[in-house]
Amino acid sequence: MIANYGYKDGSGEYYISIDTDQCIVCTAGRACLTACPKEMFEPMTDDYDDEVIAVKAPFRRTLAYDCADCKPSSGYTDLPCTKACTPGAIKHSW
Amino acid sequence: MAAEEKKEYWRWQENCWIDESKDWRTAKIITAGIDVGSVSSQAVICVDGEIFGYNSMRTGNNSPDSATNAINGVLDKAGMKLSDVTYVIGTGYGRVNVPFAHKAITEIACHARGANYMGGSTVRTILDMGGQDCKAIHCDEKGKVTNFLMNDKCAAGTGRGMEVIADLMQIPIAELGARSFDVDIEPEAVSSTCVVFAKSEALGLLKSGYTKNKVIAAYCQAMAERVVSLITRIGVENDFFITGGIAKNPGVVKRIERLLGTTAVQTKYDSQIAGALGAALFGYTLMQKQAATKVAVAA
Repeated sequence: MIANYGYKDGSGEYYISIDTDQCIVCTAGRACLTACPKEMFEPMTDDYDDEVIAVKAPFRRTLAYDCADCKPSSGYTDLPCTKACTPGAIKHSW
Repeated sequence: MAAEEKKEYWRWQENCWIDESKDWRTAKIITAGIDVGSVSSQAVICVDGEIFGYNSMRTGNNSPDSATNAINGVLDKAGMKLSDVTYVIGTGYGRVNVPFAHKAITEIACHARGANYMGGSTVRTILDMGGQDCKAIHCDEKGKVTNFLMNDKCAAGTGRGMEVIADLMQIPIAELGARSFDVDIEPEAVSSTCVVFAKSEALGLLKSGYTKNKVIAAYCQAMAERVVSLITRIGVENDFFITGGIAKNPGVVKRIERLLGTTAVQTKYDSQIAGALGAALFGYTLMQKQAATKVAVAA
């Protein structure tokens, strides 16, 4: 399942997409949990009883601001979360 | 001077229905789904995996009371007691506050399951236009979610936004859809993505000479464009199904269909019950699994 967390508002579209099928068989040791400086990710059991990763609820409406420090304008060449997720399950829409 | 009665133009029709052709007393498994949304609450009762009855009403200021009122409405109509129901699943915004629920499941999974029942196993793309959020869901032939996104950051493109416009125009909400087509030329969509600003813009349009119908058409178009931009993000695969209260507004539905170049699947059921129905069906599957496990253990 592709889970898109985020929103669209007047300034743009801000979604973090997580391919939860890859989370179920994570080969990166859940590295995303510690890679995010704001600890935005959390493990959860989804509606089909699979353990997957999700974006914590309080961050889902403020992604544009919360992720700003990790974007190229702040000196990062790679997003820490997408870099840590070696199977490539995490993607940013912006 | 008698006080002028304040008419509530936003108030939509509450609904309670029972399938008189079914006898719940002969059922093996009775399950219920309770969808406590931010604007409306629904209770659906299923007997042996088939819909038996439902109640759809406005959510009050207290989720447990809303859940209780919703289920009591359908139980009373059916001559049942809560103890007759084997398993209850809560869903929606207030799912964790359903006092008599055995389990809570997100409305995303429940809407997909409910749409699969209401629209058939060929439904792949679901648009749930709820009271205060909008969800685009892609599912497989069993109604299992394969892709979803949700926008609950603002009220534009939601049922609440439409209620605000109904009040502003002083036209009953059930008439907005039909009236939006009663225009000589289809207007441009209102530009605002926020319902508060859209309201201001609508007032400006009225002052500039737009008729009420034309303003409603502009708002319906804006709502359609907004949700279409959401749904195209996950991709539209036929069959396409719309759940939630806005599915009853042809002014928005037809414009969405026009923008997507497809037609939404019609259903004989109330589009607002999809979440609660899905929850009740999840409950039925769980009960079947438990019964199968017991048989296996006994053997």
